[in-house]
Amino acid sequence: MGKLLLLMLEGTFTSLKIFFLTLLFSLPLGLIVAKGRMSKFRVVSSIVNGYIMIMRGTPLILQLIFVYFAPYYIFGASTDRFTAVIIAFVINYAAYFAEIYRGGIQSIPQGQIEASKVLGLSKFHTFTHIVMPQVVKTILPSMGNEVITLVKDTALAQTIGVAELFRVAQNAAARQFSTTPIFIAGLFYFIMNGVVSKSFDLIEKRLDYYK
Amino acid sequence: MSIIEVINLKKTFTSLEVLKGISFSLNEGEVLSIIGPSGSGKSTLLRCITNLERVESGTIIIGGDTLVETSREGKVLYADKETTSRIGQRLGLVFQNFNLFPHFSVLRNITEAPRHLFKYSKEEATELALSLLEKMGLADKAGAYPYQLSGGQQQRVSIARALALHPQVLCFDEPTSALDPELTGEILAVIKELANEQMTMVVVTHEMAFARDISNRVIFMDEGLIVEEGEGDALFVNPKNERTKRFLSRF
Repeated sequence: MGKLLLLMLEGTFTSLKIFFLTLLFSLPLGLIVAKGRMSKFRVVSSIVNGYIMIMRGTPLILQLIFVYFAPYYIFGASTDRFTAVIIAFVINYAAYFAEIYRGGIQSIPQGQIEASKVLGLSKFHTFTHIVMPQVVKTILPSMGNEVITLVKDTALAQTIGVAELFRVAQNAAARQFSTTPIFIAGLFYFIMNGVVSKSFDLIEKRLDYYK
Repeated sequence: MSIIEVINLKKTFTSLEVLKGISFSLNEGEVLSIIGPSGSGKSTLLRCITNLERVESGTIIIGGDTLVETSREGKVLYADKETTSRIGQRLGLVFQNFNLFPHFSVLRNITEAPRHLFKYSKEEATELALSLLEKMGLADKAGAYPYQLSGGQQQRVSIARALALHPQVLCFDEPTSALDPELTGEILAVIKELANEQMTMVVVTHEMAFARDISNRVIFMDEGLIVEEGEGDALFVNPKNERTKRFLSRF
């Protein structure tokens, strides 16, 4: 039992690595994608829109397989499995985050931007100090949803052979002819998401000082 | 010398001609009120001067610098970024619905722009903001957030915010239209006090008695044109144009 838990903690570590690396890259990338989607230039906004449609319109599991195998068929060389997982997750989640950012940015009243302009604040300063802080507050609930989904989606990494938590649990279950490891894994996911939602609650509370 | 010079200004929204050729000038120390029915183009005029709207044609000169001019061939030429921002610093604008930054305290609403623009230290900016708040009778609200204030208080904060940049001209876009009659009075009192201090102002308003009280000059606009212009309260006492008479007869 101790050995099983150790294995599962190792799997959990891999899952957490996928989780944090995905957030680290997809959160900023999503903002760039959102900016592209709202671009005045038709070409840019159409291309970005196409990208978002593909990312949201096809299963993540398929994207994982594509990212892993496409380089092999095109260049004859395959990427490292873990890297492929991160790339696939990042480009997928960036698309979802982008749409959340876009909704948030567009919900900021035009008057806020006009006031900033009249006060001589630069466009950059307006975005970082006036628009984004308010966007964060409005998008927090939808972001919470998405991040919780990400925790559970890390289980898909096993599709291309990355031994994350769920894969480890399944292997153990097969070895022991018992479903117990799978239910333990379930508990692990539940605890991780408990931390995630608690964190979001805390941030929401901290941003509750204004309406 | 006039501080604002507007010549033959035209502005069209898609196919709707909102300003059909406006010319006027404003001298230092003057208080100019712009009155007229809704949709007459008063606010649009103010928004063109403060560079929130691009003009179709015409010339705007502020403090000797040209914000926009139109060549003989009808080409509209705007000033470069540097000149535009220099011109912008000469103008303050108070909005109808305040547009305070909800996530900033009252104090930070006022200090943000001077700190960013003039590179004021936190202490300098705070000192300036507190003195302005004192003047607005809001010394005790520095730490409050906009949502905790009444509409009248919010509007006074936004006036303080505009004043913090030491504008040469303060523009008001229907500053009391979002307020109930009780709160309107407190804003009008503040503007009147500024007028007594020789602040140069352009006030777009529906408050006729107020316009009559504070203005050195009044412009009456209708359907994108200046119908009549009068010194002091001449426009109210003895309107010449039929349209002006009809508009004022309701007050």
